[in-house]
Amino acid sequence: MPLLEVKNLHVEIADKTILRGLDLTIEKGQVAAIMGPNGSGKSTLAHVLAGKANYIVTQGEVLFNGENILAMEPDQRAAKGLFLAFQYPMEIPGVATMTFLRTAVNAQRKARGEAELSTPEFMKRVREAAGQLGINQEMLRRAVNVGFSGGEKKRNEILQMAMLQPKLAVLDETDSGLDIDALKVAAEGVNRLRSPERSFVVITHYQRLLNYIVPDVVHVMSKGRVVRTGGKELALELEAKGYAQYQDEAA
Amino acid sequence: MPAVQETVDQVRRIDVDQYKYGFETKIESEKAPKGLSEDTVRFISGKKNEPEWMLNWRLEAYRRWTTMREPTWARVEYPKIDYQDIYYYAAPKAFKAPKSLADVDPEILATYEKLGIPLKEQEILAGVRKQGEPSQLDDDEMNGSEARGRVAVDAVFDSVSVATTFKEELKKAGVIFMPISEAIREHPDLVKKYLGSVVPITDNFFATLNSAVFSDGSFVYVPPGVRCPMELSTYFRMNEKNTGQFERTLIIADKGAYVSYLEGCTAPMRDENQLHAAVVELVALDDAEIKYSTVQNWYPGDAEGRGGIFNFVTKRGDCRGPRSKISWTQVETGSAITWKYPSCILRGDDSRGEFYSVAISSGKQQVDSGTKMLHLGKNTTSRIISKGIAAGKSNNTYRGLVTAHRKASNARNFTNCDSLLIGDKCGAHTVPYIEAKNSSATFEHEATTSKISEDMLFYCRQRGMSAEEATALVVNGFVKDVLQQLPMEFAVEAQKLISISLEGSVG
Repeated sequence: MPLLEVKNLHVEIADKTILRGLDLTIEKGQVAAIMGPNGSGKSTLAHVLAGKANYIVTQGEVLFNGENILAMEPDQRAAKGLFLAFQYPMEIPGVATMTFLRTAVNAQRKARGEAELSTPEFMKRVREAAGQLGINQEMLRRAVNVGFSGGEKKRNEILQMAMLQPKLAVLDETDSGLDIDALKVAAEGVNRLRSPERSFVVITHYQRLLNYIVPDVVHVMSKGRVVRTGGKELALELEAKGYAQYQDEAA
Repeated sequence: MPAVQETVDQVRRIDVDQYKYGFETKIESEKAPKGLSEDTVRFISGKKNEPEWMLNWRLEAYRRWTTMREPTWARVEYPKIDYQDIYYYAAPKAFKAPKSLADVDPEILATYEKLGIPLKEQEILAGVRKQGEPSQLDDDEMNGSEARGRVAVDAVFDSVSVATTFKEELKKAGVIFMPISEAIREHPDLVKKYLGSVVPITDNFFATLNSAVFSDGSFVYVPPGVRCPMELSTYFRMNEKNTGQFERTLIIADKGAYVSYLEGCTAPMRDENQLHAAVVELVALDDAEIKYSTVQNWYPGDAEGRGGIFNFVTKRGDCRGPRSKISWTQVETGSAITWKYPSCILRGDDSRGEFYSVAISSGKQQVDSGTKMLHLGKNTTSRIISKGIAAGKSNNTYRGLVTAHRKASNARNFTNCDSLLIGDKCGAHTVPYIEAKNSSATFEHEATTSKISEDMLFYCRQRGMSAEEATALVVNGFVKDVLQQLPMEFAVEAQKLISISLEGSVG
């Protein structure tokens, strides 16, 4: 059974149709890249998977481990192992990053009927994960994303992913706004988490990120649907030729 | 971090429809006849065996009060209060002053337990731990204050102090901490000298009423150069049906003295509105410092706003001596109506006033609160940090006054007022008055109003937090600057209250 099956998904927001019969299958352990021109519905897909309000599903279903998750609350989906690395991570003034991480980890553990992590165990895991991403203690004490640089925000997303150990991580334009060094750090963070038990959906406009996170499969989206699927070489082709042909194809 | 977790746990435990502290303790009461007259004043004064000067002081206030009008300038609406339909005195019957904790009515101790008074104080009240012994409840993470686990409680139970702990140890340090009714008899010179010297009997309608009929409260005197060896704490609890509660507190820090005082309140559920008009006076002499912290959680009324407490409080501190400092910290979550402006008169040169406030309103609560910083002396400084949180259909107003007298050269004030709205049926208002009669004064005012955004909540929920957990986390972040000012015992309790009072307003 695939980890994720999206079937004939139609989504509207504010009376505007964004997804028009999207089909997508993600296998366990697979790293799938989703590319496409601006406005093709990539970010909408990410938010609908995570359960954001205001996105109205008019048709279709989303099966996660065979279970339809469309009626679930965002936190229920998270506890089942669905993680979204945000393109624009939110700032939460006054809440230390460490507090945020611990609240999130324990909330998910409780939802799954697991015991909360003890303080020493939690600290051990944070230090290890933060160290690998070059995140120091001072940054963990700062309020979530407040005053963080673009790179720090994205690293913080990867840190959260490392702590939460999701089954499916959706990375929404994690490369946007990053210089090449920050991009490498983020990509290394993702690569460390690759395993047969974890799948990734890497949403990106550019091929650049895929030099560092090498996908098993590349899907091209246009006008709210997946219009082409291929191997990693497809990304290079897109880089060379641009998206123009897909915009025409779907039109 | 553990405190946030605790908040979250607390939210889970709460039954939404039931005000947790809405129970009634069965202790017989002795009441004054209903209504207010010279006879009522004489009855109260007589009950307390007061000297004649005190009775005369009360009578003067009463006569003054009969000529005054209830103020109407605050942004609050409530049905007309019938002052003749209120009992002005109620004391537990057959009350004898307890010589030790063993003499304290077990039902009262049980009441404190239900109120969720911090475990450390329960330990002390229950006699589990002797004074000076470290508490087993201390955990390493929270250590760092030498005053930890050293809290003296002057318990006010329906107007009469029934339990006073740590009295002996305080006595050794020369600190006087007792019910004000006792202080009037035992330390008449101090009381005469300072009572009404900050909030005069002519001050305002509610303060004048309090002066006439105050039943009891705390009296603290810290002698010159003494640092009070523990936090002093009073828990207020209104318990008698239709009893107005008129607490009177007077705290004096003599030259170079320091004292930190904690006040916390809860009240049982009621059908009728309960009037509360307390007066707190603080006097800081040369180089003295007073820190006064409040966590207020009175019954806010039911979903329709019926039956909540009306809270009209006059709190004022006088930085009378040079280099003195007074700091107010408050967390206000309860009451149907809150009318409260803890203030500082910065009289001494180089004196400093601080006001840190979290005011939360939900349901149909109405809060009109803020502070006054009156700069009279040279080089005086003040700081105001106010965090208003409005949810449900509530209204939350910050009202502040900052003035510099013409002789107050180099007066400085910094004001920061932030409002957070939860939902779209509530209101937040900021009404700052600033008046500088001295060109060297520097006043800064910052104000923001924000809404808890759906995006912020979604971000938290995507990480696995429920709607309640996410809101509690965001709100706790919003109020962090103020909670940091509270002693640790209170900070945890305050976080619980904040979550409780916002329960049901998320959705």
